[in-house]
Amino acid sequence: MSTLKHLLSAADLSRDAAINLLDIAETMSGVNDREIKKLPTLRGKTVVNLFFEDSTRTRISFELAAKRLSADVINFSAKGSSVSKGESLKDTAQTLEAMGADGVVIRHSASGAAYTLAHSGWINGAIVNAGDGTHEHPTQALLDAFTIRRRLHGGAASGKALDGVKVAIVGDVLHSRVARSNLLLLNTLGAEVHLVAPPTLLPADASGWNAQIHYDLDAMLHTVKPDAVMMLRVQLERMNAAYFPSEREYARVWGFNAERLSLLGEKALLMHPGPMNRGLEISAAAADSPNSTVLEQVANGVSVRMAVLFNLLSGERSIDNV
Amino acid sequence: MVTRTVLTGDDIDRAVTRIAHEIIESNHGTANLVLLGIPTRGVIIANRIAQIIARNDSNFSPDGAVGRLDITMYRDDLATNPTRAVTETVEPTLGIDNRVVVLVDDVLYSGRTIRAALDALSDLGRPKVVRLAVLVDRGHRELPIRADFVGKNLPTSRDERIQVQLLEIDGENSVVIAA
Amino acid sequence: MSKFLLKNVSLLGDAATDVLIEGEHIIAVGGDAAAQGASAEIIDCTGLIAVPGLVDLHTHLREPGFEASETVLTGTRSAAAGGFTAVHAMANTSPVADTAGVVEQVWSLGLAAGFADVVPVGAVTVGLEGKQLAELAAMADSRAQVRVFSDDGKCVSDPLLMRRALEYVKAFDGVVAQHSQEPRLTEGAQMNEGVVSAELGLAGWPAVAEESIIARDVLLAEHVGSRLHVCHLSTAGSVEIVRWAKARGINVTAEVTPHHLLLTDELARSYDAVYKVNPPLRTQADVLALREALIDGTIDIIATDHAPHPDESKDCEWNAAAFGMLGLEVAASVAYDVLIGSGASNWQRFAEVLSYNPAQIGRLSQQGQPIEVGSTANLALIDPTKRRDAVSIESKSSNNPYVGLTVGGEVVHTIYRGYPTKLNGKVAAEGRSLGNSKNLARTASKAGK
Repeated sequence: MSTLKHLLSAADLSRDAAINLLDIAETMSGVNDREIKKLPTLRGKTVVNLFFEDSTRTRISFELAAKRLSADVINFSAKGSSVSKGESLKDTAQTLEAMGADGVVIRHSASGAAYTLAHSGWINGAIVNAGDGTHEHPTQALLDAFTIRRRLHGGAASGKALDGVKVAIVGDVLHSRVARSNLLLLNTLGAEVHLVAPPTLLPADASGWNAQIHYDLDAMLHTVKPDAVMMLRVQLERMNAAYFPSEREYARVWGFNAERLSLLGEKALLMHPGPMNRGLEISAAAADSPNSTVLEQVANGVSVRMAVLFNLLSGERSIDNV
Repeated sequence: MVTRTVLTGDDIDRAVTRIAHEIIESNHGTANLVLLGIPTRGVIIANRIAQIIARNDSNFSPDGAVGRLDITMYRDDLATNPTRAVTETVEPTLGIDNRVVVLVDDVLYSGRTIRAALDALSDLGRPKVVRLAVLVDRGHRELPIRADFVGKNLPTSRDERIQVQLLEIDGENSVVIAA
Repeated sequence: MSKFLLKNVSLLGDAATDVLIEGEHIIAVGGDAAAQGASAEIIDCTGLIAVPGLVDLHTHLREPGFEASETVLTGTRSAAAGGFTAVHAMANTSPVADTAGVVEQVWSLGLAAGFADVVPVGAVTVGLEGKQLAELAAMADSRAQVRVFSDDGKCVSDPLLMRRALEYVKAFDGVVAQHSQEPRLTEGAQMNEGVVSAELGLAGWPAVAEESIIARDVLLAEHVGSRLHVCHLSTAGSVEIVRWAKARGINVTAEVTPHHLLLTDELARSYDAVYKVNPPLRTQADVLALREALIDGTIDIIATDHAPHPDESKDCEWNAAAFGMLGLEVAASVAYDVLIGSGASNWQRFAEVLSYNPAQIGRLSQQGQPIEVGSTANLALIDPTKRRDAVSIESKSSNNPYVGLTVGGEVVHTIYRGYPTKLNGKVAAEGRSLGNSKNLARTASKAGK
């Protein structure tokens, strides 16, 4: 089994490595279902959740994952620390290194912050990117792939990829780290990726992306018949920057509502990374439908993050290997 | 590398058969009996033992009474050894609470694997009794652990390696010592 | 008076000859030089190419205000190391160089340092804020005799203000050097908008934000009959617009930086902020278009946009890092590789883009002169055979994007007004003494033009 040094991008994962992580996550999921939801695996290891950006959901998910593996967890939130007083990423990282962090889970508003942390020499621990700016969020992509695989294959999911599975990612692709990581991982796992967005919320040049681009959500639903539709969260401040005219128009043209739900196959997944703007990118009827996997995604997030922490923090980690 | 065969296929069959009989005997039958194989080869041996027990006692059905117990997450050398592949743990459908659980492995050596298995087992539930069956006991224990059922005691030196080869995985049945 | 005899030197690639320098001037070239130079100190230039001292139209010396990054002294030492004998000091200091007082201060700091002519650039608008014209005539009439005006770092984006600036500087033969960046199109921009920015999730700086300003400005320059200089042109589209404007007879000149001639946005994949610069590194297609334009004359000059920053401004996450990279000590080598090493052009063009043309744009009469009797002795002597690591030693900062690259054309000696500021690869300990410096800067520029 391959051991990763860091998980910074979904592109770090080969097909085998990705499937392997998903399979470990299946095992972890079994642990999460039993009475004693704890493994001694990472006893004595210290995991720091370094959050420069608020994200209670992601932080709790990583925290639970680390605790279920018996690691010690420290939550370092920029809001309550000296970072807000202008301490640099470098100083913070070196402080954590001095305290002996084995793993650092970082969420940061700047794209590339996790990469910089991993390659700076400031810190030796394993780095997990828990979302960097508008770049990537690889564990979200893993949990999404895990969720799709489970819905499609049930108990026989282990060892399988997502070959030929059609996944549509809908919404603010331009600013979405979830979209970028999913695009990469879904491609790695053999899925067919469709991006649906207003042209203002797609990169000006997406020619480097292995995906089909659509502007019309209804037409895409009719012609592609996706196995899974992933709705992205819309940041309301985008409206003020003229990416789209109004909430009403966005919801009408790109939101997932009851009519669009009826275009979805019975077994198709309707996914959302959360937190949802009900009534904007997803209607209540759609969010609460049997197709919706929102809560499964949350539960699976813990299993996937356990798998990632296990992979990164167990096994040999010599000093020159970081 | 010098290798010599210490158990042939027939020897293995006889050893497994004897273990099966000893398990029935010590348990006074097959009531509450479940077998848990430790991956990879322990699972195969557990299945073989279960087949033989079932042949001797029609009350015993291997279907619900055999499981597998992956101990990777409980190893005490995770921090230093290369990460190992994790496999599935399958609890017997009969469950393990208040059962007589026989752990099955191919080789007993330091005892650390069994220590991990006992930890893993206690996180799954609370058996009435836990027993240990191994095909080969090669000595050199590092923990106060002993097997209840042993196919063959093989005194070895620490430099030697024992390879248990089973038809299902290796294409043949034999136990080989490599020095 | 000091006398130096440059032995066996090739002028712009011609057959080896001798050059005799006395005081600030070249007094003999060829056969007489050795004869007259019996008492001169001999500098062996065998195998070296002499070019007129390099002139940088775009340097950030950071003083006053940002001495942690660079000072006039360290910046001009860096210039001397790179073969430069004159640098134009950009106006975005603190205080901003938008008054006669500040430009005179920078000018006198240059004089005191003695490693190169320091020619202040004046701000176009007060505080670089793009609202009100700075006192351009006062700066032009000051001892610093400012001729180049720029809000560099910021664009004079208001079209009316740009028109007025272009018109106003005609009174003293000035030029507006525009940093072409449409501000609304580049809000929060971090790198070139394209395939790589899409992948990296860094906010894009689209080519059109540069090209639309250049297009507007050349039309304004045509309308008011003024001289326009385009700073750090970075895209293939900008090249097309300048080419069109020149064909139309518009009085526009354009510069390209060494980094835009060599590096591409692929480097951003490392998220190493040493590659963060404004305008951003573009694509390989842009690099090729810029090289072609430099050779065919569409682009007039190479200017370094030498922009020192302290480590803490670069050793951080990309978004938080400052824009800018060093250039003075590597510019000549990049120019060598692009023009000479590639076989695409020649030493004559090298001298044009790094000396004659920038001196002409800045109206510097004692810089960018041909190497002949009577010229001020500003020379760079380059070893074309040597390949070297692209290091930057003299600058106070270390944001050198060329680290790890090997480049051609090493500057071995730099002669600044008859004084060797760099000799045998080493920058002099002391600058040229002030002694008789009445002609420093461009006192003759008015008379000459």
